[in-house]
Amino acid sequence: MADLSNTFLGIKSPNPFWLASAPPTDKAYNVERAFEAGWGGVVWKTLGEAGPPVVNVNGPRYGAIWGPDRRLLGLNNIELITDRDLEVNLSEMTEVKKRWPDRALIASIMVPCEEQSWKDILPRVEDTGCDGIELNFGCPHGMSERGMGAAVGQVPEYIQMVAEWCKHYSSLPVIVKLTPNITDIRYPARAARAGGADAVSLINTISSIVSVDLDSFSPNPSINGKGSHGGYCGPAVKPIALNMVAEIARDAETRGMPISGIGGITTWRDAAEFIALGCGNVQVCTAAMTYGFKIVQEMIDGLSDWMDEKGFVSIEDFRGLAVPNVTDWQYLNLNYITKARIDQELCIKCGRCHIACEDTSHQAITSMVDGVRHFEVMDDECVGCNLCVNVCPVDDCITMVEMIGGTDPRTGKQIDRDYANWTTHPNNPMARQAAE
Amino acid sequence: MTMMPDKPDVRPARLPDTDYADNFSDIHPPLTAHEALVESDRCYFCYDAPCMTACPTSIDIPLFIRQIAAGNPKGAAKTIYAENILGGMCARVCPTETLCEEVCVREIAEGKPVKIGLLQRYATDRFMERDYPHPFIRAAPTGKTVAVVGAGPAGLSCAHRLASLGHDVVILDARPKPGGLNEFGIAAYKTTNDFAQDEVDFILGVGGVKIETGQMLGRDFTVDGLLSRYDAIFLGMGLPGVNDLGLAGEDADGCVDAVDFIARLRQADDLSQLAVGRRVVVIGGGMTAVDVAMQSKLLGAEEVTIAYRRGEEHMNASAYEQELARTHGVVIRHWLQPSALTVDDRGAVTAITLEFTSMDGGRLAGTGETVTLVADQVFKAIGQNFADNPMEGSGIAFERGRIRADADRRTSHPKVWAGGDCVFGGEDLTVASVEDGKIAAMSIHRTLMGLLE
Repeated sequence: MADLSNTFLGIKSPNPFWLASAPPTDKAYNVERAFEAGWGGVVWKTLGEAGPPVVNVNGPRYGAIWGPDRRLLGLNNIELITDRDLEVNLSEMTEVKKRWPDRALIASIMVPCEEQSWKDILPRVEDTGCDGIELNFGCPHGMSERGMGAAVGQVPEYIQMVAEWCKHYSSLPVIVKLTPNITDIRYPARAARAGGADAVSLINTISSIVSVDLDSFSPNPSINGKGSHGGYCGPAVKPIALNMVAEIARDAETRGMPISGIGGITTWRDAAEFIALGCGNVQVCTAAMTYGFKIVQEMIDGLSDWMDEKGFVSIEDFRGLAVPNVTDWQYLNLNYITKARIDQELCIKCGRCHIACEDTSHQAITSMVDGVRHFEVMDDECVGCNLCVNVCPVDDCITMVEMIGGTDPRTGKQIDRDYANWTTHPNNPMARQAAE
Repeated sequence: MTMMPDKPDVRPARLPDTDYADNFSDIHPPLTAHEALVESDRCYFCYDAPCMTACPTSIDIPLFIRQIAAGNPKGAAKTIYAENILGGMCARVCPTETLCEEVCVREIAEGKPVKIGLLQRYATDRFMERDYPHPFIRAAPTGKTVAVVGAGPAGLSCAHRLASLGHDVVILDARPKPGGLNEFGIAAYKTTNDFAQDEVDFILGVGGVKIETGQMLGRDFTVDGLLSRYDAIFLGMGLPGVNDLGLAGEDADGCVDAVDFIARLRQADDLSQLAVGRRVVVIGGGMTAVDVAMQSKLLGAEEVTIAYRRGEEHMNASAYEQELARTHGVVIRHWLQPSALTVDDRGAVTAITLEFTSMDGGRLAGTGETVTLVADQVFKAIGQNFADNPMEGSGIAFERGRIRADADRRTSHPKVWAGGDCVFGGEDLTVASVEDGKIAAMSIHRTLMGLLE
């Protein structure tokens, strides 16, 4: 039986599944239910300054993208940080941590970019007995208009500055939560490290308009006929998150920095992928908001069963195994040649592979052979692009098979099994220059 | 088996009053909007889709399903109507299990085809319920006039296409109401709420079509008479006669023409007033046999048996329809042909004797063995015919008792076209009749406008 127990920045939790700072972690009531359901830890909903709390809109806060059976694929929100009094939150956090000493409890904080604000709140947070702090430099909506959240996360110098304050005024581990609303995620990550932060967590939500009402012409969610961009999350954002995690994991300046992975994690498999790209643990929000806290049971079982199958005893056994395999395009092996193969036994003759290839790609799949509806790859046209695999509705019906010898009928060239990439390719002007 | 009852038990009101509405409600309830959305997502939008090829009217099925999936059911209905103006009725009565859904790639993949029929119904029902403007605008008047004989699927389809193309059309129909078998045939639970008449009104919405009812070919007018007044004629009057069993006693009480019985049922204001036997035997193996058997059962008959002279695989009723009948308690017996009716002294049928059959050197032959089934009612559903040739003297050629027509549905007379059940070589399906009407209309149009290729 695999050991899912997790230590992240020295913070122990029975499993690597934390709930992200968000509506599900806004109150003791919710957090206690999460712990009862089995979640390893929570990042408490973001705290603001002492005094009158922020207020939220009183109309809809969420919008969504659905599949045809209303499976929720992407969620968008315009909710702000906690709108409960700081004192109430701090006392509840203290109580909950006492009752659940084996679970991780992290305080998420967002206060103005002034040293005094951070100096004021940090000791009070530390007094709750929580295990660490997460700096919310990510929320792209609402708070960013007030110079907080993503407005900080988009300026590496601010990130470094605030991280330094936090390390100075608090003894707790510091996690910097990054916004994806930036051109190159490596810069804010480097700034976090330069500021002494212990880890980064990512991604926060993506600036988004989830839909437009074609009757009122208001963006959704609509507040009295107007809409404001929100933060996009859920299964739809996972590929964006995975890339950003990988960029930080393989960057020379941030390599080895602990990462808490966030972004569309819905099943154990999603979690395993983030961990394979170097994350020390994962945070979940939308999946819980869609299905309730019970989903963690599937995540725990699924991850554990997969680890047993693979012979991994602990999370550390497979953490980061995919990182060395993330590379730049220029280093991809151009001598690796594949052709699509259609399993005629499995083919249901829908013709999607044909029309996708015929209309939009390489005219490499037949539709009719000897007067009979028949779909087959023409190797002399197939560039191995994988589009047919992606549009085929049948599992494993079309596969990409590597050519390991002979001649590629498309190019007429002998298969060369030695590795060769763009940097040395004769068509690369840079390579020619180097040779001259 | 041969024990005779005292007297035949044929009577109305076999069921509690409240049962009739339930029994004759929609047999396949329509999809809700959400169900239609989910079902439409199952369609793979196949290239050169097999369903489209299988549809006798070539409806662009992948396109209309995609329109439903994209939240445009109105556009979906227009796509359907472009090829089949009776798409609403066809969605109800088509044996989809032997047409589009049989070849759906998901049928091949998982035995569960996309519910094309129900999706077509969703789109067309919604279109008609919303009272949208008619989906076609008539072309400029051509000044040509066409007479269409029969206001059934073939005639309505032909008339609609001709009117769309700018011709003026008069439909002549023998019955008091238009609709043909849509109105007077077809099981009631397949077309509830007077749908057939609503559809006629919808079709006439194109304009340029007049319907005259109570006008029977051969009785009230002749082909020659029409030829003198119209530029072209389309014959789509179906087959008015029902084939006889050829047995003594066929005119006895309780020996009933299934087509007539279904017509009475379809026109009944109160189904409980329709007399049905306690024990019913249906002779035949087509859709009419199944429809009359099912409806007898639903009217309260206790025992209903279909007797068919060949095997299950030879029945014209689809396997799906047979299964439906069986689940409603109908017994289907094969390899039995009628050999004698037992009629009591009051002149009513009390039993039918059937002879076992087998294939003998490629020919069907009786074995000499018989079985006698007690029957209060015997329904004849062994096919239809022209009772008398209503086109006597017109010179229109026949083939095996029906009108001969070519690929363009033109008869041996250059100004007369024909389609639907009255034509030889058809499939006796609503959808095939619609296609006949459409093809004939295009051929008439080309001829009248001098567009011959």
